[in-house]
Amino acid sequence: MAERVDSDQSSIRLQMRDVCKRFGATVALEDVSIEVAAGQVLALVGENGAGKSTLMKVCSGAVKADSGRMWLDGTPYRPSNPLEARRAGVAMIYQELSLTPHLNVQENIMLGMEPATLGVVRWKQVRQRAIEAIKEFDNPELTPDTRVSNLSVGSQQLVEIARALAIGCRVLVLDEPTSSLTQQDVERLFEIIGRLKQQGKAIVYISHFIEEVKRVADRVTVLRDGRAVGNSDVDDITIDEIVALMVGRQVEELYPRSGRQPGEVILEIEDLAGAEKPKSASLELHRGEVLGIAGLVGAGRTELLRSLFGLEPVRRGRIRLGVYTGPASPVRRWMQGAGLLSEDRKEEGLAVSLSVADNVTLSKLKGFGPLGLVLPSRQDKATRRWLERLDIRCLGPRQSVSSLSGGNQQKVALARLLQHDVDVLLLDEPTRGIDVAAKALVYKLINALATGSPTEGRKPKAVLMVSSYLPELMGVCDRVAVMCRGRLGPTHRIDEVNEHSLMLEATGQEVSA
Amino acid sequence: MSDKPMTPKAKRTFNWRSWLNTIGPVLALMAVYGVFVLIAPPSFATARNMEMIARQTTIVGVAALGMTMVIISGGIDLSVGSIVALSTVVIAWLLRYTGVNPLTAAVGGVAAAAFFGLISGMLITRLRVVPFIVTLGMMLVVRGAAKGIGREQKIDVDPERLRWLEELLASLPKERSWMLLPPGVWVLIILAVGMAALLRYTRLGRHTFAIGSNEQTARLCGVAVERVKVLVYTMCGAFAGLAGLMQFSRLTVGDPTVAVGLELNVIAAVVIGGGSLGGGEGSILGTLVGALIMTVIASGCTQRGYPNWVQEIVTGAIIVLAVAVDRLRHRRTV
Repeated sequence: MAERVDSDQSSIRLQMRDVCKRFGATVALEDVSIEVAAGQVLALVGENGAGKSTLMKVCSGAVKADSGRMWLDGTPYRPSNPLEARRAGVAMIYQELSLTPHLNVQENIMLGMEPATLGVVRWKQVRQRAIEAIKEFDNPELTPDTRVSNLSVGSQQLVEIARALAIGCRVLVLDEPTSSLTQQDVERLFEIIGRLKQQGKAIVYISHFIEEVKRVADRVTVLRDGRAVGNSDVDDITIDEIVALMVGRQVEELYPRSGRQPGEVILEIEDLAGAEKPKSASLELHRGEVLGIAGLVGAGRTELLRSLFGLEPVRRGRIRLGVYTGPASPVRRWMQGAGLLSEDRKEEGLAVSLSVADNVTLSKLKGFGPLGLVLPSRQDKATRRWLERLDIRCLGPRQSVSSLSGGNQQKVALARLLQHDVDVLLLDEPTRGIDVAAKALVYKLINALATGSPTEGRKPKAVLMVSSYLPELMGVCDRVAVMCRGRLGPTHRIDEVNEHSLMLEATGQEVSA
Repeated sequence: MSDKPMTPKAKRTFNWRSWLNTIGPVLALMAVYGVFVLIAPPSFATARNMEMIARQTTIVGVAALGMTMVIISGGIDLSVGSIVALSTVVIAWLLRYTGVNPLTAAVGGVAAAAFFGLISGMLITRLRVVPFIVTLGMMLVVRGAAKGIGREQKIDVDPERLRWLEELLASLPKERSWMLLPPGVWVLIILAVGMAALLRYTRLGRHTFAIGSNEQTARLCGVAVERVKVLVYTMCGAFAGLAGLMQFSRLTVGDPTVAVGLELNVIAAVVIGGGSLGGGEGSILGTLVGALIMTVIASGCTQRGYPNWVQEIVTGAIIVLAVAVDRLRHRRTV
């Protein structure tokens, strides 16, 4: 396969050359060039914010590049929107699936290109073409009449791929396709990718699971901070080399770790079960430690934090937080000294149309004036302290949160927990979608919180942190537990595990003792 | 090869769900009707009263056909009541001040209504203002226009000139009892069948569902979202105009102050019938059943001698109950 690619220039299906893109002051892409041949899988790897998704959005017409050129099968290709790109034969399968949940499988596959006579859809043909497209997948769950909302995530993804196939796509872009799939579905997907390859499709595969890349891809291009920093045949590069290219800096300094002293148990749960997830979770969280929860998306980690915090029902099990036992509402939890950082910053974590000060002080509007009044000047004063300490870049406490960058927004959300001065911090994906500099600050902050500062009279806090990014958990946590299909496994000391063993446990495979 | 074992399974899941979805509102209708048969005087369960219920349902029913489509597309149209009034006024004005025949007057009324629907659709898609606000504005604009045309008064029409317009919703005379139902009710039934087919079998219908279910996806897949929306609101306006024709038939005058708040009854009919204000869901059969449930309650309460306020409380409770049941059902299936 490799020779064919190298020898035959005309088989290059998609070529992007010197693509640049800026968003305001940030450079998202700088002179990035990639190429994929027919029947080849190109993996695009890089950390969050490295520019993978932006590059592919340029390719699929969702984002317009500032400069650079593209060719599709040798002819210049310049899509002005996703629809045009699809018509040209470039289909992107996004991480968040874009399906119409109320319609059934065949309608979703044929959406927007239903064969019709005088506006009346020829359903026989729709059905036939849909069956044609899903036949390959050989998945009993996928039938033309099933409502898409009743399908599992894995099957929904297949519907999207089927749709791309039905329009006769030549280039298929998969953006983190396995991040929310079960191991079984992942295997099935790989098999399908193999078949599509044989049919001569060009596939761009975005992922940060490097083991997957090694398995599925022919070539790999590594992006870092908006630049292509490496390009190689998959067989000619080791995982370590890929990681080194991705990170491009000393990992140590990213994760500071001062001498933390675990104290008394401040949060204790035993056999906790929620409405559906978690099914069973037990753990002990000490003051002065960072406990990480690893696992795949959909394993029930978020639900665990939410049921602890009273946002989701607790069906069974024991919870003790400090001196308080039993489940409690969010209002109570705040009073008991626990705070939750939501994974969904925009929808849940922040009131984005309100000001920074309003967001920081929202959970405890006390002590900002006599007689229970809330005086803006005092809110601002309290907020300014955090602006400085967390290096939040904004015009002032009165600026609206919606106009801040993702990293600064996340710092505002964190500042709320600090302003409230909670003892137990429940952090759900605290570094999702923020840049490396902001990440480094969050890690530093978590470390400082867990360590405490006797000189300034700050007691160590306890941090329970959910993350899908294993290097981060390895770097930040003292102990880590893995959640798989709603069950929380035993807690491991961080020096007893590695990314590999955590991943095995997360995907439900037996860990060899 | 793999098709064979697939088909029976597909059939089973499909039928079960769609059966439950359509049968739910129908069961509710039967229950409500049954209750009144038990508690209301014998006159309630007569054929004559059934005809009356059908006649009373027609105005809301016709308007609700268009509203169903709007709600499936994820939108809403608050201008329906005003458009009904406008339509009556336009029809009366044409009959009174021009020499046109009743058919032309009726077409004129519906066309004026469709025009305002078109305006709503254009504003929603061009200005990208949410439908709630646009149609709230249109509600006042259209009401004002109706009052302007009528110079703040009802427009009377010479009874000589009404001819068949008068009979659309009148109780059937003896010699035409072979028709079973008044012509207006037949119009509703035929239009309902047509709309149900349109929603189920045409590109326009399926695209309406797709837009309500996930607008971004629909756009990505090449659905002409803006065009479909404009068409949906235009049709909703036209159906409101037709409802206005029915209203005119009952009043025989053009009344710019009629049908205030009618849009809420229409929306209620759609929602009771399983339409979701979030879009992507709704059916014509459900909507008609929803409209019937409300009329049955009104009729039953009247015959039982309950005052108006009881009716209103019962109807309000049914609306909330219907949606709550719907939510429950969804939580279980998703």
